[in-house]
Amino acid sequence: MKKNIAVKIDDLTVAYNYKPVLWDIDLEIPEGVLMAIVGPNGAGKSTLIKSILGILKPIAGSVTIYNKPYKKQRSLVAYVPQKGSVDWDFPTTALDVVMMGTYGSLGWIKRPGQKEKKAALEALEKVGMLPFKSRQISQLSGGQQQRIFLARALVQNASIYFMDEPFQGVDATTEIAIINILKELRKARKTVIVVHHDLQTVPEYFDWVTFLNVKKIATGPVKDIFNDDNLTKTYGINYKVSIQE
Amino acid sequence: MLGSFAVLRKQSLLGDAISHAALPGIAIAFLITGAKDSNTLLLGALVSGLIGTFWIRGIIKKTHLKSDTALGLILSLFFGFGMLLLTFIQKQPNANQAGLDKYLFGQAATLLESDVWLMAIVTSVCLFVLLLFWKEFKILLFDADYTKTLGFNTKFIDILITTFIVLAIVLGLQTVGVVLMSAMLLAPAAAARQWTNSLGMMVFLAALFGAFSGVFGTAISASQNNLSTGPVIVIVAGIFVIFSFIFSPSRGLLFKQIRFIKNRRDLQLHKTLAFMYNIAETHDDISHPHAIKILNNFQGFTKGTLQKLADKNYVTIKGSNWSLTNEGFKTASNLYNQQTKSHE
Ligand SMILES: Nc1ncnc2c1ncn2[C@@H]1O[C@H](COP(=O)(O)OP(=O)(O)OP(=O)(O)O)[C@@H](O)[C@H]1O
Ligand SMILES: [Mg+2]
Repeated sequence: MKKNIAVKIDDLTVAYNYKPVLWDIDLEIPEGVLMAIVGPNGAGKSTLIKSILGILKPIAGSVTIYNKPYKKQRSLVAYVPQKGSVDWDFPTTALDVVMMGTYGSLGWIKRPGQKEKKAALEALEKVGMLPFKSRQISQLSGGQQQRIFLARALVQNASIYFMDEPFQGVDATTEIAIINILKELRKARKTVIVVHHDLQTVPEYFDWVTFLNVKKIATGPVKDIFNDDNLTKTYGINYKVSIQE
Repeated sequence: MLGSFAVLRKQSLLGDAISHAALPGIAIAFLITGAKDSNTLLLGALVSGLIGTFWIRGIIKKTHLKSDTALGLILSLFFGFGMLLLTFIQKQPNANQAGLDKYLFGQAATLLESDVWLMAIVTSVCLFVLLLFWKEFKILLFDADYTKTLGFNTKFIDILITTFIVLAIVLGLQTVGVVLMSAMLLAPAAAARQWTNSLGMMVFLAALFGAFSGVFGTAISASQNNLSTGPVIVIVAGIFVIFSFIFSPSRGLLFKQIRFIKNRRDLQLHKTLAFMYNIAETHDDISHPHAIKILNNFQGFTKGTLQKLADKNYVTIKGSNWSLTNEGFKTASNLYNQQTKSHE
């Protein structure tokens, strides 16, 4: 059976100054996978996601979502940024932030109404943050803020989710809660792409993986390509993970 | 009011840069038209203010200078140029320039009725646009990258906000002057932030504080001869800020201190009560009397705390013995449950 391709990237090259931080990336992500992007710090993982989402302008290359240019398919895509990318002292509540996920479908000027609020409350419930809905975002813990971001993406009701280190600084319980939500998304035939740092948990959480370090090292099913050879190529040092069978 | 956005953007210096950048515009407008008509001069200020702002943007984007550096650069460049022009104008023989330096420190007394009308109109337009694009402004300020992924034209929103900040500054120049304008923009917003955690409320309060400082400051300076209006207004706004930093209920220094002391006291009480609970639990009868002496080794215990527990009816004291009441037992076991729950 041939799978549909959800995201297709051709010849993507991105640079902040002169030196490219992403070099000639070709990548196909099949529909319905739960994919990890792994690579060392500074490998360009966040840059890759930002370029796919049009936040950064690449020097060259193209991104298509279900065979159409990204710009036409925005509503199919949701984004969970790295938590540190915003100022959490901003005067607003948890519910308000989650509501922002509905702004895209509302479009210009129109205000969110009852329907949007209901959707936001449901998303908060899903991530277990309903009791905190009126809480100031500055008074949430790091893991709770992360869940708020996740809820905001869930509200978008997209087909493809990009998440930049959603497990950063969360405890074991939250990590399991989040991964269960991601697995549920996969069950609903959604495609989920996650920047992930903990190599030990890759085989347990994900079914697809991309190794990245400026260039694409490898991409494919975890059970086929998640091995010491690729890890060594990506991380430079002689890498050994004990993969539990 | 618009200062709220500048504060939240951590671009507080921007206001400073814009108002300084407006100066050469005023001078040039005067040189070209030779008129002192304030509308013409303000138009000049607006144009050069906008040019300055977008240059700053450009510099930050194209070179990799930090934003403070770019702001400082433009600020001193434009201000220097403006001062140069002003001196040049002053040296000119036909000198009806006397009114120009009011833009340095501001002079509300020179405001004409038509100026006030202009301000009122521009303010209402700003207000209208603000309400219209409220949702867009909010999300852009909080998370610009995310806003872009939702398909909003972030550049447009950004230009809109910036234009209105520039407009507000230019209009304020006549009253407060170039040098103090940024203080006028930021002080009410900084004060307002102390009192509220909602963006809407913050903008509203900032507008209120700003208006109040304006009215009050003008009144003071009018009642005293020779006091420039601008500095007085800014001082009044400054008093708001200091007052807010000290007295605001949630973020203020005073209440933080009071809360801290109260928390520490409560904690001591709770610790003592919990300790008693542990002892009482070992007996079938919770009200079984125990010697006060056994508490002495316990950290956080004082005669005062014991007395307070007795006042609250949590314990009864008989001679050198204490015993837990039913109520005290219940409270203590609740404390326990709460604690284990919050650790889950
Ligand atoms: N705004 C920027 N301006 C200039 N260079 C940048 C910028 N952001 C990132 N870089 C550089 O681009 C490279 C890739 O950065 P990126 O943030 O994509 O890495 P990453 O793989 O996400 O790293 P991490 O694991 O630390 O999150 C790094 O060398 C970084 O120094
Ligand atoms: Mg990153």
